[in-house]
Amino acid sequence: MVISKSSKAALWLFLTPVLCWLLLLIVLPHIDLLRMSFGGENDYGEHVWTLQNYRNFFTEPIYWNTFLRTAIFSIITTIITFLLAMPVAFYIVKVVRPRFQGAMVLMLLLPFWVSELVRVYGWMILLRESGVINHFLLKFGVVDRPVEMLYNDATMIMGLVYTSMLFMVVPIISAMESLDDSLIEAAHDLGSGKLVIWYKIILPHCKPGITSGSIVVFMLVLGNYLTPNLMGGKNSLWFTEQIYNQFIASFNWNQGAAFGFLLLLLSSLIIWIGLKLSRQKLGEVAS
Amino acid sequence: MGPSMNNDLSVSNLVKKFGDFTAVDNVTFAVPQGSFFSILGPSGCGKTTLLRMIAGFEEPTSGNIMIRGKDMAGVGPNLRPVNLVFQHLALFPMMNVEENIAFGLRRRKVDSATIKKKIEAILERVGLPDYAKHQIGQLSGGQKQRVAIARSLVLEPSVLLLDEPLGALDLKLREQMKVELKKLQAKVGTTFVYITHDQSEALVMSDRVVVMNQGRFEQLGTPQELYGQPLTPFVAQFVGDNNLWSGEITEMSGADAIIRTDEGFIFRSRVQGEVTVGRRADLFLRPETLRIQPEDKEGLNIFNVTVKTILFDGANSRLLTVTPEDHELLVALPQNRRFDYIQPGQTIEVGWHPEAGVCFAAGD
Amino acid sequence: MIRTLPNTKRYSFTYGTFMICYFVFLFAPLFVTCVLAFNNSDFPSLPWYGFSLDWFVASGPERIGIFNDSQNLRAILTSFQTAFWVAIFSTIVGTCAAFLFEQEDFPFKNLLYFLMLAPLVIPGVILGISLLLAANTAGTFVENSFGIDVALFRPSFWLVVMGQFSFITTFVALVVSARLRKFDHTLEEAAMNLGATRLEVIWHITLKFLRPAVIGAGAVAFLMSFENFNTTLFLVGSKPTLPINLYLQVRDGSTPVINAISLLLIVGTFCLALVNLYFSKEKD
Repeated sequence: MVISKSSKAALWLFLTPVLCWLLLLIVLPHIDLLRMSFGGENDYGEHVWTLQNYRNFFTEPIYWNTFLRTAIFSIITTIITFLLAMPVAFYIVKVVRPRFQGAMVLMLLLPFWVSELVRVYGWMILLRESGVINHFLLKFGVVDRPVEMLYNDATMIMGLVYTSMLFMVVPIISAMESLDDSLIEAAHDLGSGKLVIWYKIILPHCKPGITSGSIVVFMLVLGNYLTPNLMGGKNSLWFTEQIYNQFIASFNWNQGAAFGFLLLLLSSLIIWIGLKLSRQKLGEVAS
Repeated sequence: MGPSMNNDLSVSNLVKKFGDFTAVDNVTFAVPQGSFFSILGPSGCGKTTLLRMIAGFEEPTSGNIMIRGKDMAGVGPNLRPVNLVFQHLALFPMMNVEENIAFGLRRRKVDSATIKKKIEAILERVGLPDYAKHQIGQLSGGQKQRVAIARSLVLEPSVLLLDEPLGALDLKLREQMKVELKKLQAKVGTTFVYITHDQSEALVMSDRVVVMNQGRFEQLGTPQELYGQPLTPFVAQFVGDNNLWSGEITEMSGADAIIRTDEGFIFRSRVQGEVTVGRRADLFLRPETLRIQPEDKEGLNIFNVTVKTILFDGANSRLLTVTPEDHELLVALPQNRRFDYIQPGQTIEVGWHPEAGVCFAAGD
Repeated sequence: MIRTLPNTKRYSFTYGTFMICYFVFLFAPLFVTCVLAFNNSDFPSLPWYGFSLDWFVASGPERIGIFNDSQNLRAILTSFQTAFWVAIFSTIVGTCAAFLFEQEDFPFKNLLYFLMLAPLVIPGVILGISLLLAANTAGTFVENSFGIDVALFRPSFWLVVMGQFSFITTFVALVVSARLRKFDHTLEEAAMNLGATRLEVIWHITLKFLRPAVIGAGAVAFLMSFENFNTTLFLVGSKPTLPINLYLQVRDGSTPVINAISLLLIVGTFCLALVNLYFSKEKD
């Protein structure tokens, strides 16, 4: 359609708020983050530019150990989420009778509308030493002493999987919905086994959904503070906690900014690798 | 034809290029006030682009468009005194009938009392009184059609443009709407410019029709002229049905030519355009000009064909016949009981008058 | 394998059991939380001491129910106010962004689009700290140059609103864009043909068409804001939002009043979710 000259007004009407938003709230703060990460104080308490904040990161094993741990656990969580989401999505889209489909999708979505804090809290009262599960285990004599099920890595990962499940299931469901049943039927008819059908037909078709789900889940897990903090306890060693400590506890904003920037680099890098491996663009994944 | 005050729309030397592709190629025409003008052509011939340029949705590459003597260059689509009835009508689904029709009037800041009166009048005119409060979704195809036309007509445009608005209707309704549209146009007296790929719509409704092909005008004339005296092979083929022979000109005699078809028939036929002895030529012959078993054979081209099958279609029934060389010919079969004896497999004699055929020099 | 192909009994049974387990996994924490809100006990745990509404209505001195808990009530109010403004701002700007990227053409469009998607891949914690830093820098700058102390630049209500707005707007823009892509543009041409200017077309035709999507996106924005924790954590001032307030309580030991609040949240969000779903079904 022809954009007539009068539509310049429309362009500016849309462009101005969007520019304000992106420049003031996204671009500038992140430039400031980068700037602050090179800031520091010398022995006389004067402001200087320095690489000390980054040097600290590499020389203190606790920092980069936590960093690596966070990255690896985020990847593990993403993989587990994917492995769990795939059969769930498949069941809802292809196996269950159509009239239950709507209700199942609704049931799937509902818990995720509830605040993350409430969900984590629910797990805490289930799993802790005085929790509901321990109560029943004792009652039925499975154990004779309460077991602390919170505050370990496995529980933390389970909590993270639980929290970010939805962002994997939904894109996979919508990708799977466009897969024609007859393709599976044809493959079956041509004598393929289940594994072949999964590898050759279902997985390739769902790739866009899997990619976008994985990116979102990975990002959410990596940047999560609440779940590791509450379910992993004092030893959770999640990198966002290091950031929080620098900011709120030590009040060392320059160090915190450096950590923040490193985390941003890590998440961008892994997402970039993910996009390269699946040969997709961020724009396609978003829509 | 230059721009004149009696023409609601005049277009001169209009060109539209999309990159290397020329969609509309140097088109000139004028539409007199109050007439029904059709642009007929196959899909992709550039007619929609032409219409969109008149409506202001596309900018011409060169040439100009005048509406009631005013040059439209640089005038936005919302400021032109033309209205368009869209191919898929583009009725606003979030508004009811009344709000749809009022939309244009509101933009002109017409007061509500006048709007109310005008809506009533126009709904009456298109035969939908009492439909003001209906939702668009509740209307049938034909009713939507009328609302779309009412929505445009209520603005009293200098020219009403119609972009194949009947295309989405089923056959029966389309036939009915053709007649209604023509009556409506006669009643309101607005100039209609109608584009279509359906030759029957163009022929039935229009005062004048132009046939468009590959961005250019092939022929402009009354429906009778286009049908009876096609000026180009394209028009002969596109407007109405035609039987086609290829052959060679063996002799010229006065205004007629003698053509020997590739299967050996010798025919005398009228000629259109430059034709010389020895040239290849195409001969077009309409099914209804072939007379079955003519009694008076004086001056006719006579030959035998075998009936392959009867294509019964009421008043439009035909025989599908073949010559001994297996060349297929359609022959009109009048439903006056005279030819009820004809059966498939029979060989019959047919004849046609030299004035009924038309012969063009063949293309390369 | 799929519903149209013959499946063995064992396959169907195993798969069905797996799905039941999955849904138990999904709902167990919520269910337990809700049930324990009614336990007549001082701790959110079993055994069951009987049904009680104490944690909703008790007024002290031993038990204070949520309806008399002024601190939590204030946090709920703060969250409502925050979510309200975030929903309003992000819906307006997100809709602008959808129009901008779907209908307009301008230089550096791709770069700007990429920037708009950035909040999707920036962890919320990072958004929070970078905004905190930038606000602090801006505040220091303004104070040093003009000698004015602007409260907006310190952790406060409006900083939280800005922080949440900065990434929720992206979600709104994506939802509205998706709907805008389904819009039949001949309707715009038709409106223009009937004499409407570009802005009139947008107001009368396009926005009307987008209304369900815009309302739905607004509701989602409201919920996202109401529940946000990671970004808010760094920006919150003296008025904590509900998730922050709950977090502090959960961290420092819990009483069933948290269960009561959770129950209200669960019921509230379920209702909002269902209403939203109902309306989005309506529009199709």
